[in-house]
Amino acid sequence: MIPEDRPIVPLGDLAHTRSGDKGNRSNIGVVATDARHYDHLRACLTAEAVAAFFAPMGIGQVVRYELPRIHAFNFVIEQALAGGASRSLRLDTQGKALGTILLELPLPAPDPVETSP
Amino acid sequence: MMSDTSQPTIRIGNGAGFWGDNLDAPVALVKSGEIDVLTLEYLAELTLAILAHQRSKDPGAGYVNDFPELLERIAQEMISQGDLRIVTNAGGLNPRACARRCGAILDHANLGHIPVAMMDGDDVLPRLATWSAEGVDLSHMETGQPIASVLDRFVSANAYLGARPIAEAMGQGGKVVITGRVADASLTLGPAAAHFGWDWDDLPRLAGASVAGHLIECGAQVTGGLWSGWDDVADPAGIGYPIATVAADGSSTIKKPEGSGGLVTVANVAEQLVYEIDDPSCYRTPDVDVDLTTVELIQDGEDRVRVRGATGRGPSGKLKVAAVYRDGWTASGMVAVVGRNAEDKARAAGRLVLERVKRAGFDLADSLVECLGANDVAPGVVPLLHAPYEVVLRISVRDPRRVAVERFCREIAPLITAGPPGIAGYASGRPSARPAFAYWAALIDASLVSPRLDVRTAAEWANVEARP
Repeated sequence: MIPEDRPIVPLGDLAHTRSGDKGNRSNIGVVATDARHYDHLRACLTAEAVAAFFAPMGIGQVVRYELPRIHAFNFVIEQALAGGASRSLRLDTQGKALGTILLELPLPAPDPVETSP
Repeated sequence: MMSDTSQPTIRIGNGAGFWGDNLDAPVALVKSGEIDVLTLEYLAELTLAILAHQRSKDPGAGYVNDFPELLERIAQEMISQGDLRIVTNAGGLNPRACARRCGAILDHANLGHIPVAMMDGDDVLPRLATWSAEGVDLSHMETGQPIASVLDRFVSANAYLGARPIAEAMGQGGKVVITGRVADASLTLGPAAAHFGWDWDDLPRLAGASVAGHLIECGAQVTGGLWSGWDDVADPAGIGYPIATVAADGSSTIKKPEGSGGLVTVANVAEQLVYEIDDPSCYRTPDVDVDLTTVELIQDGEDRVRVRGATGRGPSGKLKVAAVYRDGWTASGMVAVVGRNAEDKARAAGRLVLERVKRAGFDLADSLVECLGANDVAPGVVPLLHAPYEVVLRISVRDPRRVAVERFCREIAPLITAGPPGIAGYASGRPSARPAFAYWAALIDASLVSPRLDVRTAAEWANVEARP
């Protein structure tokens, strides 16, 4: 369990991201900057947390997939692009900016990582 | 060719990740002398719509004309590097016309003797109506929507073909292989499978080379482009495009040409591995269903990443069809709005323009007002901490009626005199109404589609009839 009095940090302190489109879906790849934070991210960076973060845009369902060997996640977001690349009226028709924006998602800070053995 | 892994290898460089990519990148890859095969991936989902529009105006168009222009620039290198091969989906919606044009250019450059392979059969547009009538399920694979409601509006429909016909084309001596729609990863797997003589049920090798193809298909995105540490990327203006050195066991090393800009690290290769995918345990191609979750990435020296451990299952037997249909007209216009209450003013100006269109008698099917600078790229997601002093107002519309959209295009300029003060940027002129296209994706049985190969010398291609 993560104690409730943990300081809050943006996801960008713990991970880097890349996003793009497939039809009307967007996917956001999230890679832990430090592999030792992967389990912490697995506990906090849930599909529900990402869905709640993007909820104001009117997105659909969010599914999370795990790639533990490269300490990464893939989030697939339904109806993220208001009609898809060739139809959306939005400036970011391809969801290119969504990965960067996700870096603002607030998370509890992880346990301090031991830097010396 | 041997590498430090003591296995035979083939070096495949990708010089384009989309149509409109860096024109000098493939030239630099060829001149580096570090590749055996040059691939060029031009066809994003959106590209089909543009090519369809061009083909509707000229039956001889519909291919990516950057490619023949590139051949002109690298013809001398093709002569001095006699073993260099090129594989590209530049054929777009008209591979035959593309091969004809490339044949003429190569012939003119004293390369008339080289075999050029043209691969098509991916174009299923003429068959959609028949298939639909015969009960073939063409429902939208994401939404389940039946195709009947839009069936008469399609301008293109292409099945994603695989690596097998590409390998066959190379087996028949094709030095330049021009395809229409193929799976992006197949552009890499095809030459690797041809080189090593892999069986089409050798799933770990097919999966391994497909992963290499997936990693390099977007060009500079795996060599430092889009990298979150963008301010640490060396010489971004001279960024090197990627080379996958694929080994006989299907594993690969990702690198970039010696002395080029950019960077190749486990971290940025990891980002690209998860780029534009769905379920990573089942990255589907026509050749193999790849499990990306078993892939390992290992830094193997500066700007070199080893990629190994990919596994795969037999392909689903289904092919994805990507189709584009006409969906009315669209336009968007932008102006800058400044002042202490820039955001409110911009939104009011946006409403004013749309209200004018309404009073002119047009109830637009869809419209959107965005205040760029006020966190509107993903509206409402990140709180606005400070009111911006200036924003870009972007107003966009879509409607089935061209005349409605054209009326909108005329309603932005009157803001100059009738709108709020502090708006600038009218000098760029009135926006134009453009045809809007929508995207349709369906899954069909692979048996419905037959890839066709046509291998001739460049000189022969130069003289074929425009129409078969």
